[in-house]
Amino acid sequence: MMGIPAGLDWDWSTAADVLPTLLTQFLKVTLLVTALGTVIAAILGLVIAMAMRLAPRPIAAAVKWIANIIRMTPIIIQLLFAYYAFLSLDAITVGVIVFGIHYSTYMSEVYRAGIDAVPRGQWEATTALSMSMRRTWMAVIIPQALRATIPALGNYAISMFKDTPFLLVIGVVELVNAGLIYGGNTYRYIEPLTLVGIIFLLASYPTSLLIGRLEKRLAYNT
Amino acid sequence: MDDKFAAVGEAMPRLLEGLRVTVELTILGAIAAFILAVILGLAAASPTKVWRIPARVIIEFFRGTSLVVQIFWFFFVLPLLGIDLHPLVAGVLALGLNYGAYAAEVVRGSIQSVPSGQWEATTALSLGPVQRMRRIIFPQAWALMIPSLSSLLIHLMKGTAIVGYITLADFTFQLDQVKRVSGTLFTYGIVGMLGYFLFALLLTLAMNLLERQAKHKLGQGTSLRRILSPAPAPTTRAGGIQ
Repeated sequence: MMGIPAGLDWDWSTAADVLPTLLTQFLKVTLLVTALGTVIAAILGLVIAMAMRLAPRPIAAAVKWIANIIRMTPIIIQLLFAYYAFLSLDAITVGVIVFGIHYSTYMSEVYRAGIDAVPRGQWEATTALSMSMRRTWMAVIIPQALRATIPALGNYAISMFKDTPFLLVIGVVELVNAGLIYGGNTYRYIEPLTLVGIIFLLASYPTSLLIGRLEKRLAYNT
Repeated sequence: MDDKFAAVGEAMPRLLEGLRVTVELTILGAIAAFILAVILGLAAASPTKVWRIPARVIIEFFRGTSLVVQIFWFFFVLPLLGIDLHPLVAGVLALGLNYGAYAAEVVRGSIQSVPSGQWEATTALSLGPVQRMRRIIFPQAWALMIPSLSSLLIHLMKGTAIVGYITLADFTFQLDQVKRVSGTLFTYGIVGMLGYFLFALLLTLAMNLLERQAKHKLGQGTSLRRILSPAPAPTTRAGGIQ
């Protein structure tokens, strides 16, 4: 720890030089993958949660174990596997699909809890009204189960956002990778990597505050 | 099919070596994270602003700036500022700070959800703040926080897979090497997923045992010694193993 060597401290012109590249990759890759991945996770998570409840027991058990394995192993391994298994797909597409599937295993647990929390009287009422299975789920159970899951979905979207740098293992130039490439070309890592950290903080902290408020509002109204 | 097993068998020593690095990082990272989480969590639960505000700033900073950014920052930027860290230290530091910040929220939440009657009782017994935390509040909060800490531990373990990029030859790095030599996906798909999954199961099991023990100390459920003993549990005793 010798103090800051001369000429290696913060340089504003470097920062100004790298910032446009970082912001472009942030919008074009990081946010895109997060948004599409969240949509896939939200839909697939519900499918998994319903499969675990409605499918015949052996299928439900298989779905549960596969979901457990995906949830408990690193997304990096899954990205590498999918990338090499589907070489015809480009890396961003692989990234969106893998992130969507990985996070759907978390979302399915949220939906499961939401479905379990729908009062028994609601199920009995659908029977009393002789609603079809389809109508029971679509008109009664899912709308009530979804309400409690919205904040959790938001929190997982933020987690996914902060996990997007893992995409660099399959060569996607997202925010962190863009910073590393700039650093590799110019030997200046301080500005790009610090800016990357600041961009992450500026994007995720206000969003998490908003979700916290949403969570409180939804909780009080039920 | 035989080639795949042969390739993996040949590579077994290096895969096990990689697994050792992954286990080492996970355990060291978890220890660092836990120490930090307790300090930050206690500070964040404190009624005094002098403790609470710095703790909140540190927690939000390390939660908000992505693990991967922190790892690369410690590895690439700190040397430029004159601080040279061994890659293992950089990795453990990043894992510890990132997951320590998440766990600090768990510690804070658990401390604050210990029933207020318990806090009032310590005042009635005129216990000092240290004794109150050590003997009454923390043991109860500890039992509450283990399930959340357990899932954070799995997250931390999954996060270690990035350290190949800061020159540490962990399990993922070795799997990648084997893939390059053998050219099959068998290594990632089966060996990699299964290796990590079994490790995750072991970690979960250990945390479950820890939770049992914490609850036993609060007078709930059987002791760890009884659960682990080969002798059958007495069936007549109320509250025995179900």
